[in-house]
Amino acid sequence: MSAPSKPPLLATPTDLTAKRSGILVERAFIWICRFAVILPLFLLLVLIGDVVIEGLGRINTDFLTGLPSRRAEQAGIWPALVGSLYLMVLTAVLALPLGVGAAVYLEEYGRRSRLAGIIEVAIANLAGVPSVIYGLLGLGLFVRFFAFGNSLIAGAATLALLVLPIVIMSSREALRTVPDSLREAAFGLGATRWQMIRRVVLPMSLPGILTGAILAISRAIGETAPLIVIGAVVYITFLPDGIDSEFTALPIQIYNWVSRPQEEFLTNAAAGIVVLMLTLLLLNSVAIYLRHRHQKRQ
Amino acid sequence: MAAPQPTPYRMPAEEANNIIKKITATDVHAWFGDNHVLKSITMDIPAKQVTAIIGPSGCGKSTFIRCVNRMHELIPNARISGSITLDGENVYRPGVDPVLLRRRVGMVFQKPNPFPSMSIRDNVLAGLKLTRRYARADAADTVENALRQAALWDEVKDKLDEPGTSLSGGQQQRLCIARTLAVAPEVVLMDEPCSALDPIATARIEDLLHVLRKDYTIVIVTHNLQQATRVSQRTAFFLTGDLVEYSDTDSLFTSPQDQRTEDYITGKFG
Ligand SMILES: Nc1ncnc2c1ncn2[C@@H]1O[C@H](COP(=O)(O)OP(=O)(O)OP(=O)(O)O)[C@@H](O)[C@H]1O
Ligand SMILES: [Mg+2]
Repeated sequence: MSAPSKPPLLATPTDLTAKRSGILVERAFIWICRFAVILPLFLLLVLIGDVVIEGLGRINTDFLTGLPSRRAEQAGIWPALVGSLYLMVLTAVLALPLGVGAAVYLEEYGRRSRLAGIIEVAIANLAGVPSVIYGLLGLGLFVRFFAFGNSLIAGAATLALLVLPIVIMSSREALRTVPDSLREAAFGLGATRWQMIRRVVLPMSLPGILTGAILAISRAIGETAPLIVIGAVVYITFLPDGIDSEFTALPIQIYNWVSRPQEEFLTNAAAGIVVLMLTLLLLNSVAIYLRHRHQKRQ
Repeated sequence: MAAPQPTPYRMPAEEANNIIKKITATDVHAWFGDNHVLKSITMDIPAKQVTAIIGPSGCGKSTFIRCVNRMHELIPNARISGSITLDGENVYRPGVDPVLLRRRVGMVFQKPNPFPSMSIRDNVLAGLKLTRRYARADAADTVENALRQAALWDEVKDKLDEPGTSLSGGQQQRLCIARTLAVAPEVVLMDEPCSALDPIATARIEDLLHVLRKDYTIVIVTHNLQQATRVSQRTAFFLTGDLVEYSDTDSLFTSPQDQRTEDYITGKFG
């Protein structure tokens, strides 16, 4: 019941230039949203800028191809870089077949089963487990129980476990983008489920699966905590010569340098961070390129 | 309106005797979970004729034809009882492989669904490639034959390598028909194949049906009653999961035996 003098709420506006009620709140909200984007971006830029300014000058071929040293200006990053690349490949080899296989099972075979529902919840929870816990699991399972020791394969297996939920979830996402009408078309032509998956669903979802995989792998090579827990060596002067070899990796090397008191090692750390970031950037650009190509084809 | 208790329609014996039965459905019931969507469907589908299925939306037309090639059971919680025979053999008998059945009973869907990652040629060959029955030597012939049968050859013969999705909707649907014919089925089930098409594309597909009838047994679901009269020899009228009336198309449309059929074809509901 409004007072008779009050105009009705939805009166036809006669003055089209009049200020709408609530316009202030709306504008304030837009600014809050803008601020929420700008602040983290700004902080990130300052952080990256700081590291790049400090580290970029230190990067040269000697640094990239040199072995670690007790003297900061002679220390290089080569074993860590190679270790990270090995880790990346091994992690991919372990995590992708498992992750894609699990995703295919959940999306294409297990859609109606209760087991699939339980697995789904478990995977979502696993994705939220802190990485140091995976490190402990890797220590117990791979380093001790399977007696892999502080080896590349133990590190890669631990990282593979860590990224498995991400690979599974992003692969399922990719599989879900394939419309059911195409699955039905394949069945209608007399294809078995496997033929349908192999020749219709996987080719169409491959770019999406690869994008997710690359993002997962770039997450893996940035991880430090699990590698420290399973005992990746911080100071080695040789390159890994097999999957059972001891190893170090970029984040470990950076962690090691950062914890030194001398100023020069901090510069090394900054340079190491730049190298790590460039590697990640490269990987992510590949992911973006793949997604772009995928979208163009749709 | 007090609907009379539906009784499953049975074809008079003398009429049933002089046609070859390709498919016989006996007491078919189908469910989605607890939803009982087909109730005791019994009907014979004659060989080398076009059988139309009409009825209001949701009455179970698609479900029925999906029972024939056992696509119904792919949906979680979907069930079926009764029997459907193809050339006298019950397709629901234990041991029958639905995959092999679907190679004899092809299906064309309501929405054209060519495989987007394949060229026009590969779309036609998709059934053969998918099921590894593909011989490179015959490929060109297979493609041309199937596309000619689907009345698409002249429009696409110069761009067989372009993606199947680059065609217009009507062309895509004919491509899907070609794809279905390329695996050489005996029966072709069509679920509202023209509902996404304009009148010209529809007319082409209708013309096509008259030709295809010589070689294939065709079952077509349609919402377009004129289309049913134009293309089919026999028509079945479904209503809320019951087969209300089933007879040759002319008599069903000119002198329906059931009041509900008459109401439907005169546009009183549906
Ligand atoms: N995938 C499904 N899951 C659950 N219920 C379904 C599914 N598909 C259809 N149904 C139900 O089954 C009934 C029959 O559906 P059906 O698709 O056979 O109808 P239709 O006669 O083909 O209708 P339309 O003319 O709209 O295509 C409907 O009541 C529908 O709600
Ligand atoms: Mg339908």
